[in-house]
Amino acid sequence: MRPKTLFDKIWNKHIVHEEEGKPTLLYVDLHLVHEVTSPQAFEGLREAGRRIRRTDKTFATMDHNVPTLDRHNIKDPISLQQIETLASNCKEFGVELFDLASPYQGIVHVIGPEQGLTRPGSTIVCGDSHTSTHGAFGALAFGIGTSEVEHVMSTQCLWQNKPKTFEVRVGGKRPQGVTAKDIILSIIGTIGTAGATGYVIEYTGETIRSLSMEQRMTICNMSIEGGARAGMISPDKTTIDYLIDKPRIKSEENLDNLTKEWLKLASDEGATFDETLILDASKIAPQVSWGTSPGMVTGIKDKVPNPKEIEDPVKRKSIEDALNYMGLKADTPIEDIKIDTVFIGSCTNGRIEDLIAASKIIKGNKVSSRVKAIVVPGSQVVKYQAEKLGIDKIFKDAGFEWRESGCSMCLAMNPDKLSPGERAASTSNRNFEGRQGKGGRTHLVSPTMAAAAAIKGRFTDIRSYDIDLGEY
Amino acid sequence: MEKFNTVISRPAPLDSSNVDTDQIIPKQFLKRIERTGFGEFLFFDWRFNDDGTINNKFILNEKRFKDSEILLSQENFGCGSSREHAPWALRDYGFKVIISTSFADILFNNCFKNCILPVVVNEKELNYFFNSTLNLEDYELEVDLQNMVLSDNKGFSQNLDVDPYRRKCLLEGLDDIALTLIHEEKITMYENALSN
Ligand code: SF4
Repeated sequence: MRPKTLFDKIWNKHIVHEEEGKPTLLYVDLHLVHEVTSPQAFEGLREAGRRIRRTDKTFATMDHNVPTLDRHNIKDPISLQQIETLASNCKEFGVELFDLASPYQGIVHVIGPEQGLTRPGSTIVCGDSHTSTHGAFGALAFGIGTSEVEHVMSTQCLWQNKPKTFEVRVGGKRPQGVTAKDIILSIIGTIGTAGATGYVIEYTGETIRSLSMEQRMTICNMSIEGGARAGMISPDKTTIDYLIDKPRIKSEENLDNLTKEWLKLASDEGATFDETLILDASKIAPQVSWGTSPGMVTGIKDKVPNPKEIEDPVKRKSIEDALNYMGLKADTPIEDIKIDTVFIGSCTNGRIEDLIAASKIIKGNKVSSRVKAIVVPGSQVVKYQAEKLGIDKIFKDAGFEWRESGCSMCLAMNPDKLSPGERAASTSNRNFEGRQGKGGRTHLVSPTMAAAAAIKGRFTDIRSYDIDLGEY
Repeated sequence: MEKFNTVISRPAPLDSSNVDTDQIIPKQFLKRIERTGFGEFLFFDWRFNDDGTINNKFILNEKRFKDSEILLSQENFGCGSSREHAPWALRDYGFKVIISTSFADILFNNCFKNCILPVVVNEKELNYFFNSTLNLEDYELEVDLQNMVLSDNKGFSQNLDVDPYRRKCLLEGLDDIALTLIHEEKITMYENALSN
């Protein structure tokens, strides 16, 4: 038999209906719902008198609007309305909800894996582009719009044109301090923000294999920033070890068989992809974004680019616009950029390993007097784990604010926002204009780079630190 | 869904690449729980100054582009989030067609579900449209989905390339869910096989 990719295997298994010249009707195994992209879908169901076909495959959480200081006191009336609307919709339609009182509440892409809802071989959708995160487990996971949310609710299926496949193979040893975040930023810097449009990426190679599940999630999370429909990694022992004790998995009767099936999903030896990119991790430096799209990124020892050196007029203009917005001069060394704010959190880098690594950099130091720094755990479970390990104390002693879980300053729909002109080192995934608050300036970095920047008040090369970060 | 009819309009030239969904509709406007009323917030941070007054320097605020139903933009239009608020805002504002050299995947999909036709052209054609609409007095483009023709009133004409299934859905204003439920039996069969 022809060798198959992980993607092929999952796709083929989920075809409900196929016709020449039409999209394929695919079955959806898991539908995750949050408060921002669902109200209009529930409304549509109500208008048409439809129900949710499989409430057992539908789960909801509140994350985007949630305040991180006093979560039970939502001052913005419209945020409150969205949160309340989700609660009443879930009740009306019989959907299990991780609400603000739940110890398992958190960012939708953090709690899926944490609760064991995310499984290898499954198709997972959510009205949120970073659904690609779940691909780290060898699932086909992607973001959808609200019309599609409604469609999945009522049919448990989705029409999809078959994407092409893109292998991103990463080999070589990561230097100490170079994290999964730096790998994915450097991939996006290489292929551009539209480089993988129309493709599903599978990340392969020894470097990817050596990453923990949390780091793999960081990589898959940002696939969408390279334009990809989804990102995925073949399941292996690391995947199984992570999943085996998760709440919704550990009680499975046939766990042994299940895990054997999962391992078989890995791309076959010799399977071919439509496109391939090969990267050497040993050559990657810690990355810092300087512009207003995640592809505008460079190494810590580099400089802000000079638009005058760019020939292509469209590219030149976009660099000029970006520098203008970011308030940066061409040719400024990245290490000379001073920052006002540090945000550690989000579905990209708000998991326990991220917080542990950042805390190692922080320990015994003080946040620079010019910097306001906050940590927002990705979920209540992460927050609890961290507090059990005493990490919250390390952050607080250094002058960080320790918050409740949620999306927070990743997109600033809650009160955590940048002011116009304020400059942030952020572990999130998007540096678009106004993303973290109107006029706010975002530099995307890894958690350890963000931690070091908090102490110094400017960007600095984490590789020069003599701190053992283990496998992080 | 509403049906897609032929569009004739002077195109509005938005000369930016990688226009992302945070620009199309800034997130402070995502909090409504209806599908309507997003048009007034389209490109909010560009259309309005910090004090709330109209930014006269922004191209869409020029009188001649005020009633445009066609938007021109540079490569990778609509990158970023999956929020359908972006096409809701575009459509509510009055855009029925968006022309670019490339689109982000999710937005491209979302357009079809909201009666917007995204049209991919090459760089040369896009430059020609930009120049024409900026410099020619009475310039208009015509998008005829029925006959699959993209033409202007200066002699340019070429065939549109649209997925036939999507074309049909747009022209007939078909409801996706109703279409899918034709296959309900197959969905049930699939589910039965799963649980065995
Ligand atoms: S943390 Fe940011 S990227 Fe992730 S789901 Fe929340 S808003 Fe989206």
